[in-house]
Amino acid sequence: MSTVRGSTGVAQPLPARPGAGLRWRDAWRRYGLQAGTTVMALALWIVFAIGAPETWLHFDIYSALMSSVPLTGIIALSLTLVVIAREIDLSFGSVMAVGAWVFVATGQPVLGVIAGLAAGLGVGLLNGLVVVRFGVPSLVATIGTWFFWAGIVLYGTGGKGSGTDFASGFISNLFTGRIGGYVPAEFVWMIGFAVVLWVLLNRHRQGAHVYLVGDNEQSARMMGVRTGGVRLLVFALVGLAAAFAGIASTLESSYFWPTVGSGAMLPTVAAVFLGGTSIFGGRGTIYGTFVAAFVIGAIEPGIVSIGWTGLLTQVIYGAVIVGALIMQAFVIRRAR
Amino acid sequence: MEANGTHLLELERISKSFGGVRALQDVSLAVGTNEILGLFGDNGAGKSTLIKIVTGFHAPDSGAVVWKGQRFPHLTVAHARDLGIETVYQERALADQQPLWRNIFMGRERATRFGLLDISGMRAETEKLMLEFLRFTSQAVTPDSVVGSMSGGERQGVAIARALHFEAELVILDEPTMGLSLMETKKTLDFVRGIKDAGKSCIFIDHNIFNVHEVCERVVVIDRGRVAGEFRPSEMTVHELVEQLRHVAETGHLQGAAA
Repeated sequence: MSTVRGSTGVAQPLPARPGAGLRWRDAWRRYGLQAGTTVMALALWIVFAIGAPETWLHFDIYSALMSSVPLTGIIALSLTLVVIAREIDLSFGSVMAVGAWVFVATGQPVLGVIAGLAAGLGVGLLNGLVVVRFGVPSLVATIGTWFFWAGIVLYGTGGKGSGTDFASGFISNLFTGRIGGYVPAEFVWMIGFAVVLWVLLNRHRQGAHVYLVGDNEQSARMMGVRTGGVRLLVFALVGLAAAFAGIASTLESSYFWPTVGSGAMLPTVAAVFLGGTSIFGGRGTIYGTFVAAFVIGAIEPGIVSIGWTGLLTQVIYGAVIVGALIMQAFVIRRAR
Repeated sequence: MEANGTHLLELERISKSFGGVRALQDVSLAVGTNEILGLFGDNGAGKSTLIKIVTGFHAPDSGAVVWKGQRFPHLTVAHARDLGIETVYQERALADQQPLWRNIFMGRERATRFGLLDISGMRAETEKLMLEFLRFTSQAVTPDSVVGSMSGGERQGVAIARALHFEAELVILDEPTMGLSLMETKKTLDFVRGIKDAGKSCIFIDHNIFNVHEVCERVVVIDRGRVAGEFRPSEMTVHELVEQLRHVAETGHLQGAAA
């Protein structure tokens, strides 16, 4: 028996089903930000498509985006869970390098991928341990590990890169091939990550706990949620995703640079926040991050294609991010 | 009925000191099956310590917690919860940005072996709770409403409903009306009566003598770590009660009670 009995003897008039206006308010609260992100992406696309139809009405640009955006997008999807849990991880750029380095250092394709991913997972878990066990705020903890692992890779490689000839063929195709000659494998992987993370976040107990920990950690702990384990999990996922992206990035350019991942910070973090995930925790969606990752990725080619100087890129990045955050604040206030 | 009669919970001569300060001294009291027991006392009288012993948070220096006739000298938090003792803290056990159904099932989600959530089941169960216990007749609340948009009394109701839903037999309410408006306080007191209707028991702690008088069947007064006495609100007006409590504050026991 799992229901509250009692008071059932008294006939109660059944309340009417919630009215349409109400359902609308709940829907606005749940989907408002996602709708906003979608509208923003469409608006940007329309501007670019009108400004440079020869670029934006042909498949090539999308093929390029589908191979470049996932390299940061996959990390951004995982990072979304960290931010929902009211933590942050800034070390992923270095973890990309760790994963890629371990991959090339083994000199074996399949074993190298497994070892590289395991290294990423391990570094992610270490990040989580520093935060959970020692209580170091994740912002400073992961700035520390960011430098630390970047330094380890530079020291270990002597600053020198190396080729990936050993992994040509199956592994290379698996990460960076073109399906049917058109669709980049990276894009398929990103969809795969998005689906798995969406199910985890929205349909799995661990995902429910991610939201609860980010919303009110004390409540969650009092209600029996193992808040430490939840945070370890999300940090480990970012580590895994970063190593994956590092390996894919290395295979895409057929060369391992010890500095791989050093430019990943802005597009990754921006995608999470542009996608509507709250820095205060407890709120955020995989869909929003997915769309926002492509918005971020499209800004630079978009600006260049409509004939503006690429030097304006950062201006537009900044304007889009601030504009989106203002829109989010507006949506959240309306939903109260 | 339990083996030893009608008592759900008994405290047997509980004493507890913190670094030489006696917080509780030889406190014995009992909560009957399906009874709403008030716990009344001044700040620092020992109510919180007593509650923390019942919920397994503190171990008593001497004495024991007796649950359905079984003695537990060393109760743990997890064990107390398994027995069916649940504490409802105001404001502190809800996640404001999450929908109602996720709050009801917080930390105890219904899921498959692989951890996949039974969302439709949990929403349906929440809807049922809303109709049967919470009686949210206002159309403003659905299982998908976020808890942060609800009033203080409604939130208190959600926390109580959650405790009952998970088969708490003894719900402990620690200052549930603190900071609530009159209307919200009334709602909360209705939810406390709902605990009685559901056949469960309650320890109700409140500073407000009117609330205690209105909702409790029996009130135990704690003063300076001891039981000063007990009374039945049905046999006393609020005015008489206030007089009695003034007497307790001065002498440490109720009028007519053995010192």
